[in-house]
Amino acid sequence: MSNAIEVREIVKKFGDFTAVSGISFDVKDGEIFGLLGPNGAGKSTLIRMMVTLLTPTSGTAIINGFDVIKKADDVRRSIGVIPQAMTSDLELTVYENLLIFAKLYGVPRDTRTRLIGQLLEAVELTQWADKPVKNLSGGMRRRVEVARGLVHEPRVFFLDEPTTGLDPVSRTAVWEMLRKIKAQRDLTVLITTHYMDEADKLCDRIAIVDHGKLVALDSPEALKASIPGRAPETVTLDDVFVHYTGRDLRDALQEPSAADSPFMIRR
Amino acid sequence: MHRTWAIVEREMRRFSKSPMMIVMSMIFPLMQLVVLGYAFGGNVKHLKLAIVDQDRGVPAVKIRELASAVASGARTVDLLDYTDSGVAMTDLRNGIVNGVLTIPPDFSRRLLTNNDPRVALISDNTDTFVSATMAATVGAFIGHLNAPETPVRVSGAAGLDVVEVYPYVPYIQYLLPGSITMSIFMMVMIGGGIIFIDDKARGLHEGYLVTPITKLELVAGFNISGTIKAVLAGAAITIIGSIIAGVPSPLDPVRLLRMMLVISITAFALISLMFLLMVRVSDPLMPRMMFGLLNTVLYFPSGAVYPQQGFPAWMHAIAVVDPFTYSVHAFKSLLLKNTGFGAIAGDVTYLLIFSIVAMTAATALFKRTL
Repeated sequence: MSNAIEVREIVKKFGDFTAVSGISFDVKDGEIFGLLGPNGAGKSTLIRMMVTLLTPTSGTAIINGFDVIKKADDVRRSIGVIPQAMTSDLELTVYENLLIFAKLYGVPRDTRTRLIGQLLEAVELTQWADKPVKNLSGGMRRRVEVARGLVHEPRVFFLDEPTTGLDPVSRTAVWEMLRKIKAQRDLTVLITTHYMDEADKLCDRIAIVDHGKLVALDSPEALKASIPGRAPETVTLDDVFVHYTGRDLRDALQEPSAADSPFMIRR
Repeated sequence: MHRTWAIVEREMRRFSKSPMMIVMSMIFPLMQLVVLGYAFGGNVKHLKLAIVDQDRGVPAVKIRELASAVASGARTVDLLDYTDSGVAMTDLRNGIVNGVLTIPPDFSRRLLTNNDPRVALISDNTDTFVSATMAATVGAFIGHLNAPETPVRVSGAAGLDVVEVYPYVPYIQYLLPGSITMSIFMMVMIGGGIIFIDDKARGLHEGYLVTPITKLELVAGFNISGTIKAVLAGAAITIIGSIIAGVPSPLDPVRLLRMMLVISITAFALISLMFLLMVRVSDPLMPRMMFGLLNTVLYFPSGAVYPQQGFPAWMHAIAVVDPFTYSVHAFKSLLLKNTGFGAIAGDVTYLLIFSIVAMTAATALFKRTL
């Protein structure tokens, strides 16, 4: 089995701060790969480098055989991305959001009509296709994002905390849909999440990142077995997480987000 | 190029769901047109002129008759008789009267003996428009006092005949070109700059940046969609503003066609300028702050409200590079003079070059990453 993602000694520095410090790992074709870590561990920075939103300070990543630095456009064509922020246009309908992105990816007219129909069905939004996204619930909006990220049939799908802020029912629905879509397509999935139980059920392998470094990487079972002095069947992924990242609260100041500005038009 | 059109389609679909945006971009320029047009457009009338006649001779009576003629004819002044010049001066300082015309005790005697007869106009020069109007009005009827009783049949004095090429242009029509440019600018700022930065702050641009769209395609998409929105606003205010201002034949198809060309090029120039200024901005406060600043820096030096010939050198320098200047000049040529392309070729050329330079610079500065 070949690798869909190869990350090689990738580093990202913001001034004096090192957000990602020389991480390397591979993700095999068809795998669901989980990226876990406390807040500020460097997960989003890592994923942003893999999807070409940030340029690595050093090192690189090869996605679908394309270097993120040298062949950024080829990488973009072959991946689907659901960023942490909600990037669907609230004014447009569900269908219009998918249509615009299909056009941005250059999906031919006849293919896009079929694909959009299939995806709306897969995320169970067919009956809401003509509704503006602003009228949908948080869970439905996330399902729109999932469909939008797959509208050009990418081979690798990146999801940055896709279930954060959703209620348990919506979260389960998103994961179920991902599992269903994954079963129907030749798709590699890289996902970041804070929900250990979900990662445990869904992911083939899990990498734990802390302080910008890779601290553990294996299957959920192997990670549980790696906890010393405990029977693997009594260990949860939460225990694994705490074992590798510690119990310290990660309090840190961050740059204020432009989205928090009081001057924006509220929507 | 299909990606550019995808951006344009997305922006236009959003725009079609927010028709209030076009109304918002038109309210301010239309209000400005009407309020400034009527506030500055009329002749100054009913200025209070105090007359202190200390002479009471026949020539002094003649001055009072001439002043009364103006008061009852053009109504530029209303006359108030004072016997005490001290009281008149107090009223002038208190704003009860706008000027005091003092006819001194020896005026008649000096006039009859040709001994430098003079009257004094003491005016409140804190309002230059009022004091200038007062001086011109009083100067005119004093001039009549000096005119010969019986005019000569054929005068040997040099005279001036003024021939106006175009029909009378009221100030509201003079303001209209600036209002059209302003409405285009408003739409560029509201429908282009503010929405662009707000979308960026919300993270919407991340969605674009992970697609294979190029910098040029993205900037061109935003510029074209912004231009279309601004053209709609400009076209709407051209028609509504022309009707309000009383421009003759406001729906003349040939002139409208020429206007649409200048509106389109102006819109493209201003949206390109806006993207150049906003391309590295992420704080939503910034476009709102720049809105007011640019409004002042671009609108007033353009000659939209006052002739540029009266500007100091530094303001002339701004006017030379200001795209508003060329847009306003072209609109004035088309609306007030109904000229052809020959009169606006220079304006159109400048706006095109300006657009290309601004858009190229914006594309070069656009960051493809976060």
